[in-house]
Amino acid sequence: MLKLGVPSKGRLMELTFDWFGARGITLRRAGSEREYAGAVDGADGLELVLLSAGEIPRELAAGRIHLGVTGSDLVRDKLADWDRQVAELAPMGFGHADLVIAVPAAWPDVETLDDLDAVAAAFRRAHGHRLRIATKYHRLVRDFLTAHGVADYQLVDSQGATEGTVKNLTAEAIADITSTGETLRANHLKILADGLIHQSQATLYAARAADWGNGAEPVLADLAARMGLDPLGP
Amino acid sequence: MAPKAEAWAEADRLMAAFRAAGALPVEADILQPAEVLLDLYGEDIRARAYVTGDPLRGEMMLRPDFTVPVVQMHMADGAEPARYCYAGEVFRKQEHLSARKSEYVQVGYEVFDRADPAGADAEVFALFADLLAPLGLRAATGDIGILTEAVRGLRTLESRKAALLRHIWRPRRFTQLLDRFGGRAPFPESRARLLAALEGGAKLTDAPLIGLRSEAEIATRLAALRQDAATPPIAAEEVARLEDLLNLSAKSPAALAHLGDLARDMPAIGPAVDRLDARLAALAAKGIDVDALDFEASHGRTTLEYYDGFVFSFHAADPDLPPVASGGRYDALTAVLGQGRSIPAVGGVIRPGLVADLGGAPC
Repeated sequence: MLKLGVPSKGRLMELTFDWFGARGITLRRAGSEREYAGAVDGADGLELVLLSAGEIPRELAAGRIHLGVTGSDLVRDKLADWDRQVAELAPMGFGHADLVIAVPAAWPDVETLDDLDAVAAAFRRAHGHRLRIATKYHRLVRDFLTAHGVADYQLVDSQGATEGTVKNLTAEAIADITSTGETLRANHLKILADGLIHQSQATLYAARAADWGNGAEPVLADLAARMGLDPLGP
Repeated sequence: MAPKAEAWAEADRLMAAFRAAGALPVEADILQPAEVLLDLYGEDIRARAYVTGDPLRGEMMLRPDFTVPVVQMHMADGAEPARYCYAGEVFRKQEHLSARKSEYVQVGYEVFDRADPAGADAEVFALFADLLAPLGLRAATGDIGILTEAVRGLRTLESRKAALLRHIWRPRRFTQLLDRFGGRAPFPESRARLLAALEGGAKLTDAPLIGLRSEAEIATRLAALRQDAATPPIAAEEVARLEDLLNLSAKSPAALAHLGDLARDMPAIGPAVDRLDARLAALAAKGIDVDALDFEASHGRTTLEYYDGFVFSFHAADPDLPPVASGGRYDALTAVLGQGRSIPAVGGVIRPGLVADLGGAPC
């Protein structure tokens, strides 16, 4: 049996069902609207598991599911050395969002990461604490800023309404997901010219730690052949 | 990696040797107040510290090293001069899948002594070299003080020197800044547009100002940017000399001779080079073969940001292993933690678990 983890609600679930449907595999929710149970038509040995999108990276890393659909941003942020824990089978072409660094639009002197770094040094001298960047993507943001040599910042955790943290004086800058930039502009923030951390989209992953010897491997080979995926197993 | 019992047995032997050298054994709490430590460490350790919440004491962290708590203890009520030793676990998150431990034993030796800094540097290094001699490790040395004096001696804006000093610890970024300040790399287009708008007196933004950073802070930076744009680049020969210095890697006598030559054109590094000279003499007096001792000017640039003078480390042949021992001088840290007082200080740590893995040191 091969377990496929799919987001349990909303647009992400519907678009995932459409994507598999277009490839001859019908995924659907079983039972009532409120019950998180799934059913599969058109693929033997495939079991559908409905999960919160945010939990799918962890379930993949633990090998409790063989395949999983979730945003590439979540996989890269939640899993250390993500590409050693999961294999990317297919970018799915929806759920696009950019993880970006944004600062107040009223900072005319800050357009690049260089500027942000210089301002962080001056800010620390003036305020006695490091420049705070609100985000929920700690690993991605820290790795990105380290790679670009930005210092004197600190990440503060923000699990929602991140765009409001600057106005609320709990952060000086933010790193968050945006698709159109509308929410950023409405909150008087602008994206740094070189502040694109990751372009995310819904992606089908395979778990390297899953038990592939229980009959899951032929199911994957069959799926890969039918869906035109790179048959390169994990 | 050796089991903990073996690491502790090795730690006990090293502690006995440190006590025999005159050090007073001290302890430090495993749970340390997070705020002070987070601000002192570089980004690397900050990201790797285990931080947790305490209902009464606020944010606490599992100690990532001993130096800061030992300095705090000494600055609060230490006698002078003082020698301390300690052994205990330190904790650092590992962000990559590897065999590296997130919890391991460290044994350390720290000297607080005003009288003879060169002698104290040599004392710590020679003690470590002697204890680790059976393992056949490679020792590397450097001197952060020579680098900082070289940057301070550049004939350019204080703001440029401050930016370079800040990034001594991030060599790639340092190089980028040096290229820019030296006129070898252009500023981004956005900077040119901003400067043109400033010249033209145009209104720069209609956006409402939000957040803690004030109008005055923005005005200060805009003025600094204009001043920077109006200032000629750092002279090519000064940049070349600095790069020559950063790339210096040689046996200690040759390195000293080369630094002596450089100091004729970079008089700012003269006193720091004299200190290196005195240190090598003190090391030789302690029986160290300085003719065979490696000196790398950039050594220590990716380690703890509190070192500001002599730095050293001992490495096994396997490049995947962390250093078996490392240390250095941290005079400025004592001033930061001393609330107005300071004292020259130098010290280092050994990882007894690695020593045991490599066959142990018969102490």
